[in-house]
Amino acid sequence: MHQLWLIPALPFAGFLINGILGRRFSKAAVNTIAVGSVALSFVWALKTILSLGEDRIFEHYFNWIVAGGFQVGCDFAVDRLTAVMLLVVTGVGSLIHVYSIGYMAHEGGYYRFFAYLNLFMFFMLTLVLAANYLVLFVGWEGVGLCSYLLIGFWFHKKSATNAGNKAFIVNRIGDFGFSLAMLLIVVNFGTLDFGVVFHVVPSKPEAVLTTIAMLLLVGACGKSAQFPLYVWLPDAMEGPTPVSALIHAATMVTAGVYMVARSFPIYLHAPSALEMVAYIGLFTAAFAATIGLAQNDIKKVFAYSTVSQLGYMFLGVGTGAFSAGIYHLMTHAFFKALLFLGAGSVIHALSGEQDMRNMGGLRKKIPWTFWTLMMAAIAISGVPPFAGFFSKDAILVAAYQHAPWMYWVGTITAGLTAFYVFRAMFLTFFGEYRGHEHPHESPAVMTLPLAALAVLSVVGGFIKIPVWLEKFFPAAEGPENFSLVAISVAAGLIGIGIAYFMYIVKPGVADSISSSLGGLYRLVYNKYFVDEIYDAAVVKPLVSGSRVVLWRGMDAGLIDGAVNGVGSTSQGLGGWLKLFQSGNIRSYATWVLFGAIILLLTLGLIGGVR
Amino acid sequence: MSGPPLTWYLILSAVLFALGVAGFLFRKSVITIFMSIELMLNAVNLSFVAFSYQLKQVSGHIFAFFVMVVAAAEAAVGLAIILTVFKNRETLNVDQVNSMKY
Amino acid sequence: MDVILFLVFAIAAVVCAVNVVVQTHPISSAISLIGVMASLAVLYLLLGAEFLAMAQIIVYAGAVMVLFVFVIMLLNAGSEAKRGRSLTAQLLGFPLLIVFLALASYFIQRFYPGNTPVLFGTFKGGTAQMIGRALFTQYLLPFEVTSVLILIAIVGAVVLARKEL
Repeated sequence: MHQLWLIPALPFAGFLINGILGRRFSKAAVNTIAVGSVALSFVWALKTILSLGEDRIFEHYFNWIVAGGFQVGCDFAVDRLTAVMLLVVTGVGSLIHVYSIGYMAHEGGYYRFFAYLNLFMFFMLTLVLAANYLVLFVGWEGVGLCSYLLIGFWFHKKSATNAGNKAFIVNRIGDFGFSLAMLLIVVNFGTLDFGVVFHVVPSKPEAVLTTIAMLLLVGACGKSAQFPLYVWLPDAMEGPTPVSALIHAATMVTAGVYMVARSFPIYLHAPSALEMVAYIGLFTAAFAATIGLAQNDIKKVFAYSTVSQLGYMFLGVGTGAFSAGIYHLMTHAFFKALLFLGAGSVIHALSGEQDMRNMGGLRKKIPWTFWTLMMAAIAISGVPPFAGFFSKDAILVAAYQHAPWMYWVGTITAGLTAFYVFRAMFLTFFGEYRGHEHPHESPAVMTLPLAALAVLSVVGGFIKIPVWLEKFFPAAEGPENFSLVAISVAAGLIGIGIAYFMYIVKPGVADSISSSLGGLYRLVYNKYFVDEIYDAAVVKPLVSGSRVVLWRGMDAGLIDGAVNGVGSTSQGLGGWLKLFQSGNIRSYATWVLFGAIILLLTLGLIGGVR
Repeated sequence: MSGPPLTWYLILSAVLFALGVAGFLFRKSVITIFMSIELMLNAVNLSFVAFSYQLKQVSGHIFAFFVMVVAAAEAAVGLAIILTVFKNRETLNVDQVNSMKY
Repeated sequence: MDVILFLVFAIAAVVCAVNVVVQTHPISSAISLIGVMASLAVLYLLLGAEFLAMAQIIVYAGAVMVLFVFVIMLLNAGSEAKRGRSLTAQLLGFPLLIVFLALASYFIQRFYPGNTPVLFGTFKGGTAQMIGRALFTQYLLPFEVTSVLILIAIVGAVVLARKEL
């Protein structure tokens, strides 16, 4: 027995201990329990993976649902795909836990934060280890819950609680699609177990599979913030920065990509759905990149960057290059977590300032942060031999083989990516300092994880995931085309160059361009008014409909009316019946006579009493 | 010559009973109402004896006997109640004893 | 002979009963009721219920009606005054009564089509001996219970009719 349950159980134990008793512990004790549980989980995951062979490791714990012929067990399984996810989740997770010790040192609710983080790890690991759709869904919902709890961590801030609500509600829309997909799977396949379902897929009609795949895609869009359900992720930046790094960069948002990759047999037999995945991914990547160009809050820039990079992962998966998508998932976890943690370090250094217009010239003042962030920026721009180059290149090549126009759009987006990331870097670290704070370097407990992630961002590309996953996914990538690679790298370098020109060489150019583009700039700056459109088209009608129809009409009118009606009917009936009690003996006697006649009639009609 | 058929006795009993009911419904004095009750009981007694004759058993007589006994007891207690009511309400009009009105 | 006797005393009973209901003064009603009971006693005799006929005269006419007359005299009840006020009894009472009578007659005719003629002396089971035998063997329990009932009635009547309550 590999005791797979230990992997999620250790963080869960950490959650219980910190959650229930954490209030009375010292900060050191809370730290040790929280970080220790995740680190131990990482160690155990490593041990399990080292003993992994060709087949998957499967463990069945108990029968959860037994309803006639339909059964769902609490099953965990580890195969090569799971192994990648496990290492990413526990590894990056441990580093972020260590970082949080420093970042949250002065915040209230210290133990609560770590308890929530541990709970999140538990659910994410359950999601990754699941061997059937229902257990995966448990983890899916759980990470949504933890996301809500952590985004709204500073619950006295209205904007934070609103953002938490928004995240949860938009996720729920996706979850609805996921639930429908699960129902269809149960109806058509009779089971939710991965092994059985994927084995039987080829024999099912394509229309059914396409419907299931599209509904699963809806769920993935909700969780992985793809168009049109991406609106929650930028708002989720209200939460503490470690939360943004862990949940909204490295782990939770990747759950959608993981789920699509896991369901690859279904998608391979529903080509139109797979097309849709690629389209949505590509569109989201480009769309989000354009929005990221004009943002002034450093965390918002990285949030839109996350949405964009997730679009890349979807593009990779959607063009059939599943291992490329997972590869990018891993490298993205490294450099995006680093970007967020670094941004957190900058914010910490400036005691809470997030607007890049009030930053500048920080590279001498916080050198560790500067150098590690630079590594991440170069990695995300796709410059070889850093990590981002290998994975993004793999995706773009697969896109070209699928449809050349996708490659061009993707390459231009890569250029945009490089531009806005380096814009952020230049505005923050170069030039003159435009703010009023006293920047100080972060403590070692924060900079060491940054350094570790920086190393991973540099060399992470050499962990050849596609080779590792070769046996798992059907081979989809063809031979490398050198000219394609060169063009994509060039696009990245051009993006860096333009940013350098606009923000270092001639700092005034940016403002003049934005003012001359006027309306277009405003459109992009306001995120294409998507939130406002949603509010007018969906939220307001729903709220007023609920208030008028459902609340006043049905609840107050119909249901309350029915209940009150019963009461008033009884009252009316009683009021009529009481007239019989006149106190007059003679009328009573009359009624007795009446009853006697009825009795006589009845007896006579049934032929007398035997 | 033969005697009257038994049904005549039964019809007589029914008529007497109906007269008793009429007295109960249409009179206001409580003593008259009580006497109507006695009339009803007598009518029923006649019916019992008639059936006893037809079935050639003595049970009907016994039952009529018990009815008589109970009627006597009831008359005693009932009249005592009437006396008490008269003492309290100063009236023998049954329509004025209606404080159990809703 | 039996028919004539029956008719005479039946009509007497009915006339006296009507009188009970119609008379205004209670004492007239009481006397008419005694008349009814006497007629009924004769009818019992015709039906062969000797003991019952005697019991009727002694107990009913002799004791119960005397009690009634005593109470009427005690209360000094006069003639009835104005009309009553029970709408229900006035409206519904008469029709219901007719219906009741009609129903009763109909059912009697249907279930017991005129047969058994009643001849004096045919039924010999109504003697004191027969009644006594039945009363003390088969109907012993009701007999004992009834005696308790009478006791209770006596105590109740005494308690209720006291001067101070």
